[in-house]
Amino acid sequence: MLLVRALRDPASVDALSPGQWNALIAAARAERLIGSLADRVGDRPVPAAARAVLDDALLDTARERRQALWEADRARVALAALGVPVVLLKGTAYVAAGLDAGQGRFIGDLDILVPRDALHEVEAALIAAGWEWVKEDPYDDAYYRQWMHELPPMIHATRDRMIDVHHTILPLTARPRPDAAALIADAVTLPDGLHLLSPAAMVCHAAAHMLADGDMQGGLRNLWDIHLLCTQFSAAQEDFYASVYEEAARHQLTAPIARALRLARHLYGTPVPDYRAPITVDHRLRWSDRLFIARLLARDGWGRETRKGLVFAFYLRSHLLRMPPMMLARHLLTKWRKGHRPV
Amino acid sequence: MTLPLFQTHQIMLTIGPATFRIASAWRAPIDALERLYAAYPRPADAVADFTVRLEPAGRLRRWLRPSIFITGDHGLADAAPMSLAHGLLAAEMGMNLQMALGWRRHLLLHASSVEKDGQVLVMTGESGSGKSTLAAQLGERGWRLLGDEFALLDLVTGHVMPFPRLVSLKNRAVDVVAADVPAERMGPMLMGTAKGNIRHLVPRADAVARMGEGAPPAMLLFPRFGHETDVRAVGQGEIFMRLTQASTNYVALGEAGFDALTRFVATVPACAIDFPSGEAGMAMVEQLWAQRG
Repeated sequence: MLLVRALRDPASVDALSPGQWNALIAAARAERLIGSLADRVGDRPVPAAARAVLDDALLDTARERRQALWEADRARVALAALGVPVVLLKGTAYVAAGLDAGQGRFIGDLDILVPRDALHEVEAALIAAGWEWVKEDPYDDAYYRQWMHELPPMIHATRDRMIDVHHTILPLTARPRPDAAALIADAVTLPDGLHLLSPAAMVCHAAAHMLADGDMQGGLRNLWDIHLLCTQFSAAQEDFYASVYEEAARHQLTAPIARALRLARHLYGTPVPDYRAPITVDHRLRWSDRLFIARLLARDGWGRETRKGLVFAFYLRSHLLRMPPMMLARHLLTKWRKGHRPV
Repeated sequence: MTLPLFQTHQIMLTIGPATFRIASAWRAPIDALERLYAAYPRPADAVADFTVRLEPAGRLRRWLRPSIFITGDHGLADAAPMSLAHGLLAAEMGMNLQMALGWRRHLLLHASSVEKDGQVLVMTGESGSGKSTLAAQLGERGWRLLGDEFALLDLVTGHVMPFPRLVSLKNRAVDVVAADVPAERMGPMLMGTAKGNIRHLVPRADAVARMGEGAPPAMLLFPRFGHETDVRAVGQGEIFMRLTQASTNYVALGEAGFDALTRFVATVPACAIDFPSGEAGMAMVEQLWAQRG
């Protein structure tokens, strides 16, 4: 796929025809990777019309970065009096830490992780500071509170930006049970008092989010995050991947981490070594990885989703990951009665 | 190889500064665009700014009661499906959607604009205010039409740049304008759309030929059709607020958008006009234009 090749090897764009540029731009926009593409292409000579599109994307990501940091700061101020650690997650964390993974990245909602026993205070403090509930539906609200890893989303009344307050990194109904307290205990403190996950935990969270939650929508972008995090952290710390596997084992995330590293190495060329001792870890592709790759690349030159059957299968998988079959049946029945139709 | 039943029809065309690549699951909307945009640049092999897609709104909706879902690089998940009979309108809306959500190279004002004597008149207002009809009528009578939907304000020079897409005439405006215009410059009558009956007008040849050529703004009007003749002053604070609401990318442009809008409001004289008919509206415009500073 043109997009994967361009991200992996920016020099490959030098030879693109206008038609290929159109396909590349459409796919990059659809995968929300156009800012990352613009960042990777840098100031290589490209057709003027493509340059204009890439510059637009850089303008957008610069604004998103500024907004994300401001939202994080507003949450910091709103929660400061509580004295609980507030851990930034995903895109906001990457830009707050100045990581490569934050370069050119689109950042939607503000995601934070707080200790579960502080959830009520956090909720009250955010409401006092102007955030309000988005979901009016009592079933959805109850569902979030009973089974999810986060509060129902809130939106700020005047700034119109969403916040997701997490107390762990996977739904409570999922099979792996990450140790949220350990994630918070190991968090790194930023100068302004906000926190980040440790480097290994950051990669674990990205892999859990991509492979143990969700239906792989935006999977190429999640995998690009993982690629950049690993590339940067492993250059600074020799045994970084050993820390990642150690961290993954603590959170029952060894399988998603292994798959994420295999996929990242195969698609983006992430420098993940194989290990022979003290344990054997082989990052060659498994048969099942082919399905994930086919799903990740299910996009045509117009930005349309292809492979509908496979995409639907991953949609079903996302629900099975989230809940046991009987619970899933009840959930889908309730949603169906409310008029929800998948895809 | 794609089966003929699943073929994608396509066209690429340039309007003002923007090039669109449009894909449709059906032939008809592309045929309509080819006829009405015949005088516009049609690059065969260019890097487009935006992709627009007209897709079947459901699995069987390509063939059975065909129904269009409008999307593209930028889309709205809850956009209402449209009948294939309104395919031309769907394509136009698809292009507008890309501009509204994705354009970053000018400050975009939801306004019509016309040029005379090397200076631009900008007219803004809600849908139904008459700004589009007034611009279309002026465009037939000695003014150059720059656009009926979006005025593009250059962030560096402050000039208004043309975006002369087809003018979408609604309901009563259709007959009023069609009476003045040869049939080959009119699109098909689209009956019963969400906004009533719509017919598209191809701008005059000079508007298309000079679509790369902007000019400095010299007057801003807030027209209101269907009221007794009246002219009112509007304060700069109110103008600024109304234009931020009339812009789809003011927030996205950040400081550059603020600077461009501040300059526009501080330098362009403005007033609100009420008029009972198109003729009265045009007469008021000509009079105010002659008296401008």
